[in-house]
Amino acid sequence: MNEPVDVLIIGAGASGAAVAWSLADTKMHILCLEQGDWMNSSKYPSTGRDWEAKFYGDWSTSPNIRGRPEDYPINDDNSPIKVVNFNGVGGSTVMYTAHWPRLHPSDFKVKTLDGVADDWPVDYDALTPFFEENDRMMGVSGLSGDPLSPLTHPPMPPQPLGLSGPLIGKAMNKLGWHWWPSDTTVATMDYEGRGRCINLGHCTPACAQGAKASTDITYWPHAIRAGVELKTHCRVREITTNEDGMATGVIYYDKDGVEQFQGAEVVIIACNGVGTPRLLLNSASGRFPNGLANSSGLVGRNLMFHPYAQIYGFVKEPTDSNRAPPTCLWSKEFYDTDLSRGFVRGYGIQFGRGAGPVFEAVASEQKGILPWGADHHRVFRKLNGHRLAVSAICEDLPEEHNRVTLDPVRKDSHGIPAPKIDYTISENSRKMMNHGLARGREILETAGATDICSNNPIPWGGWHLLGTARMGTDPERSVVNEWGRSHDVKNLFIVDGSVFVTSGGVNPTSTIQAIALYIADQMKQRLANLFD
Amino acid sequence: MSEDKTLTSAQRDNLRAVAAMIIPASSEYKVPGADDAAVQADIIATLGRDTALVSAALDHLARLAGKPLSELDAERREVVAKEFRASGGAPAATLTRVVLQCYYRDDRVLRSLGLELRPPFPQGYVLEQGDWSLLDLVKKRAPTLRRAD
Repeated sequence: MNEPVDVLIIGAGASGAAVAWSLADTKMHILCLEQGDWMNSSKYPSTGRDWEAKFYGDWSTSPNIRGRPEDYPINDDNSPIKVVNFNGVGGSTVMYTAHWPRLHPSDFKVKTLDGVADDWPVDYDALTPFFEENDRMMGVSGLSGDPLSPLTHPPMPPQPLGLSGPLIGKAMNKLGWHWWPSDTTVATMDYEGRGRCINLGHCTPACAQGAKASTDITYWPHAIRAGVELKTHCRVREITTNEDGMATGVIYYDKDGVEQFQGAEVVIIACNGVGTPRLLLNSASGRFPNGLANSSGLVGRNLMFHPYAQIYGFVKEPTDSNRAPPTCLWSKEFYDTDLSRGFVRGYGIQFGRGAGPVFEAVASEQKGILPWGADHHRVFRKLNGHRLAVSAICEDLPEEHNRVTLDPVRKDSHGIPAPKIDYTISENSRKMMNHGLARGREILETAGATDICSNNPIPWGGWHLLGTARMGTDPERSVVNEWGRSHDVKNLFIVDGSVFVTSGGVNPTSTIQAIALYIADQMKQRLANLFD
Repeated sequence: MSEDKTLTSAQRDNLRAVAAMIIPASSEYKVPGADDAAVQADIIATLGRDTALVSAALDHLARLAGKPLSELDAERREVVAKEFRASGGAPAATLTRVVLQCYYRDDRVLRSLGLELRPPFPQGYVLEQGDWSLLDLVKKRAPTLRRAD
């Protein structure tokens, strides 16, 4: 029998780690259950000669391909964008590009500004101190003063421009378009026990140097020192409730596969925009027949990815290839609504520095620009080390038919029903993607690129899992209130990307963690009447 | 097909033959072909989770060829290879990928490309700062951050 805890957090990724650390100063008994394990950086791909091959197997971004015991299958057959994630302490911060923009102030007011979707119940200003705190905790590098982005104060200088950055910068200057060094969570100097970046290049599938911030090496050591308990290999099956409609704890499977009950006064879900609705729907009961916290019927609905329209080409000059972090610059030139473009809202652009030789060979062969036969060698030498990429990260608006449900057949290794994704790219998003591709082609051609290819969308580009338990003040139109508490279950909180009302046109992790810190702060301010 | 199924002798022969079609040896670039014994040994030793799909691809290739690929004349081999790529789906793509991923980590190939024979970690790479003056033009832009209030 497990001793009941004050606060139970489900999931040790981006948001779970942040909320655990923030709540630790309450001195409550806080326990986090994580289905994966602690990471071992000595096993990360960049430590071996087969570093690129691992990306197609054990270190694939797709849980369906990776198939580690910690992963759960996701039926995304009915979606042109496939879900990618990582399960373990650190969650998908272990396996991400570390690109670190924030949502803009305007992103929280889309109804007011553009008459679409809904405004958020919180605004940028309310989140500002938590963005700043999170940047310090994660360790951000960048250059303050971007005229088209929210003002940030990165504690470390930006990554070098390298070889690729100036090629992009020159092209953007010729076009008169905005560009700026990205804020990233790649440490450019020794920072809080993390070594500075040594340009391993293969950042996405985990950083062996520890220069890239993942919460297993940022928030968690602090949280654990402050008394938070973290149990790994514990997969939660369902949240239990009592006759008062309050959460009483969870049923989970421990590392030996034994079913356990963990009681808790407060339950916090931090399982991402797919894992969270899956858990809520799997927690259906006689009291909550449509799933927990689902009186609105919106649990799992309004799933937003960011459809990525990617275009790339090859310049005569050498690029950084795999010898630098993959992203270094962004552009906000097309971020805000301009209805003359034929769509509402906009997109950010992130630029790619290049790729390693195996990736280049595989991708170019698949695109038909790297031939079989005698000419293979000549063409490969023209392509390898010469790639520049432009990706438009398009704001996806919420649509209820884009959703997460439970798959009637597929189950994970513990027999828990798997999530099923039904998703289509909207006409507005499609127009935005096409606009991004056209602008990307202009950028590449201005840089002198040839052999231009595109991925529209990037099929395995479902990194950003948002909107499936949205926040709002109206219980009929939202799942949690403006500070993350379930409208239906007064001691149940959600702190991950599920609570996003809209998606913005940027990578969301910075904002996800700022919201998690904000919700934790709201909880701390209301401890005396948290359930009122 | 199970992951630990090994390729048959006939499948290995066809794998070698198709690998040579993907990447033939080159005296100009001083590199072996993907049919080189060391590259082939690497492919076989590391097939792992790809074994089933590669085996399926080789079975498909054998059906298209009707006899060992190496026994076809060059013109017929090209026709079969073209059909294999067009109709082979995920298995054919997987076979091609495993050939490429083993070929482009071979020491002789990396040397020819001017790449170092080592993993990225722990040495890493040096990244030059680049020309930061390019940003001056952007810094002159007036701040324009859209707000709702």
